[in-house]
Amino acid sequence: MGSIIADSTVLKSVVPETVSRKKVLKTKLHAEGISMVFNSDGNRVAVLEAIDLKVGEGEFVCVLGPSGCGKSTLLNIIAGFISPTCGQVRIDGDAVRGPDPRRIFVFQERGVFPWLTVEGNIGFGLFKLSKAERRERIAHYVKLVGLQGFEKAYPQELSGGMKQRLEVARALAVNPDVLFMDEPFGALDSITRLTMRGELLRIWRAERKTIVFVTHDIEESIQLADRVVVMSARPARIQRIVNIDISHPRDISSRRYLELRDGIFEQIGLAHKV
Amino acid sequence: MNSLVQPAKWEKYFWPLLAACTFLMLWHFLVKWSHTKIFPSPFNVERGMTELMHKGLLWQYVLDSLRRVASGYLMAAVLAIPLGLLLGWYPGAASVVDPVIQMVRPISPIAWIPLSIVWFGVGDRAATFLIFLASFFPIVVASTNGVRNVPSMYRRAGRNFGLSPVKLIARVIFPAALPQIMIGLRIAFGIAWLVVVAAEMIAVDSGLGYLVIDSRNSGKRYDLVVAAMILIGLTGLGLDVVFRRIEKLKSVRWGFQNES
Amino acid sequence: MIDCFARLRPVAFIVLILTIWHFAIHYQKVHLLPTPLAVAGGVVELAQHGLLVKYVVASLFRVTWGFAGAAILAIPFGLALGWHRRSGMALNPLIQIFRPISPLAWIPISILWFGVGDVSAIFLIFLASFLPLTVTAMNAVASVSPVHINAARNFGLSQSQLVSRVLYPAVAPQLIVGLRITLGVAWLVVVAAEMIAVNSGLGFLIVDSRNAGNRYDLVVAGMVLIGVIGWLLDLGTRSLEKVKSLRWGYSED
Repeated sequence: MGSIIADSTVLKSVVPETVSRKKVLKTKLHAEGISMVFNSDGNRVAVLEAIDLKVGEGEFVCVLGPSGCGKSTLLNIIAGFISPTCGQVRIDGDAVRGPDPRRIFVFQERGVFPWLTVEGNIGFGLFKLSKAERRERIAHYVKLVGLQGFEKAYPQELSGGMKQRLEVARALAVNPDVLFMDEPFGALDSITRLTMRGELLRIWRAERKTIVFVTHDIEESIQLADRVVVMSARPARIQRIVNIDISHPRDISSRRYLELRDGIFEQIGLAHKV
Repeated sequence: MNSLVQPAKWEKYFWPLLAACTFLMLWHFLVKWSHTKIFPSPFNVERGMTELMHKGLLWQYVLDSLRRVASGYLMAAVLAIPLGLLLGWYPGAASVVDPVIQMVRPISPIAWIPLSIVWFGVGDRAATFLIFLASFFPIVVASTNGVRNVPSMYRRAGRNFGLSPVKLIARVIFPAALPQIMIGLRIAFGIAWLVVVAAEMIAVDSGLGYLVIDSRNSGKRYDLVVAAMILIGLTGLGLDVVFRRIEKLKSVRWGFQNES
Repeated sequence: MIDCFARLRPVAFIVLILTIWHFAIHYQKVHLLPTPLAVAGGVVELAQHGLLVKYVVASLFRVTWGFAGAAILAIPFGLALGWHRRSGMALNPLIQIFRPISPLAWIPISILWFGVGDVSAIFLIFLASFLPLTVTAMNAVASVSPVHINAARNFGLSQSQLVSRVLYPAVAPQLIVGLRITLGVAWLVVVAAEMIAVNSGLGFLIVDSRNAGNRYDLVVAGMVLIGVIGWLLDLGTRSLEKVKSLRWGYSED
């Protein structure tokens, strides 16, 4: 009994915040009825089925599912790299017809250009700015992702974590509205991953971008997202959307966290005993 | 590289055919338009080829060239592969021999002709020697690199299972290096094919290279010259395809991540 | 100390070969083929007559023109064929048929069109280099990571910006390797072309020395020069691969 009262007091202080935040959020991105069928040599492979998703401005949404379920395909469609078989994506009301610098995609690995230095990579999309502005921007983002001292280094001299930070800096430098991240920490070791998540949240709070983040890591999704979109296996459908109503910084040992995590385990059909 | 558009299946045949027909038509009209009396049109060449076929020379010359390539090439392979494996296995030996290989390799086999005539006289043996020279170095280098690129964990696993050095080379190193050796064999064969034509132009009296030179010298039969060139191209291409098929065999293919 | 010995070993090996060579000739009754000393003497003789520099320059001149001409045309051509998939599909069979035709098989046609002389030789070298470079460029485009192309499109680059800022840097390492290998081929062909179609150069030296007096010492001297210069050309192009902004293409990944 006592615990319920304690819970509701916790909720009271949290719910108004999330509710009021939700009220303010307008829809940034709307994916309507997205289906994707691949035709390879006469075989039709249905990868996505009737995906309907709304993402609010400034929201951090995770798309969670097992490897190969099609979540990367969904992200590519939303970003405009692939055309869906059915359905449409609208961003700010306009239909998405192709990739656009207002919505930058961060890849899992080897996305940075190996023939450019750190500075060169970050400045890649800044060709419309003056030289002085470019230098300023580059310096700002080098500092933001913590790569000071490595401005003239080439990617092959950087560690995996540093390369991903570089890619995030490159993406942010052009000041996009939306960031699409396709398992960006997947190629890193688990210790670096934890650090990177913290960095990403720090940057997100500083820059307030809308982020759609694809991952297969349940813990990662709960640690990062405002909402987690749980996908089924192929052909992928949205199984459930889970609101993560814990404020940052999130305690990964708190009861609410574990509740949410177990809820998702169950949803995916996993036992939580190894 | 538009990742959004995949060409349809029929296009795989349509575009090459279109390009080939355009090429032939251009050739034909250029010949007609320049009123040349010497350079053959596609029809002349085709008639030349049928003439060769009727005389029975077409297949004979092709087989002659193939025969010469085969003997020189096989000899080179038999000697070069073991040598390459050894050099790859013992890096010390490789560092000693490598400078010599690097300096002898750029000497065109054709430049060896005077010496080969002194040693073997004019004729088939000289030509075979030239082909041997041309094939030898690429195969050695490919075999050496193949061995060098075998990940050390394979070596260690082999030793872990108690294999003697000989068995190690035979059961682990050689299969592991095989994909790269196959590529080297294919490239060496391509070089051998270029050289046999050149060797035949100089030192013998049969074969496709001989046909090229002889058709010109005895009667300015440029239609036969071009016919011979096309035969050289087709035969070389056919052999290259055979090699690539062998590379694709499952027991060899495991080593390929990127097609080349 | 051990390092010193290691460097000396190849030299010792070469000395060993030269010694065997020397004595193999020395103990023959008729000295047709030259000893290493005779070859060295031949080189000196060529230098004294001013022919050494003249012939080397002539060969290099032909290679440079033929190879450079082929590179300037073949690389953009090959990149375009790799980029536009349908053009690549269309021309690939023709390329595959022409490629195995030895440049030397083109000699009659080359003489027909250009006569005997420099232009003929340069044409043959051009032929020898053109298709291999085209194929290298096509393969290089095919190996460009789609991730990089998509990232560039994402940043709003126009097609021409994509090509100049992403495609060219991405294919550069592979192109350089291809250029090095094809330069080696061009060097082989220039020698052969000179043996047949012109009156100067190292290939001509070999043929002429034999025909006009069985001067095998000069024949072998010519061969040695060919080997050394070919080796130097290879070393020179390998050093390009060490440039920092290209080195990424050669590391283990």
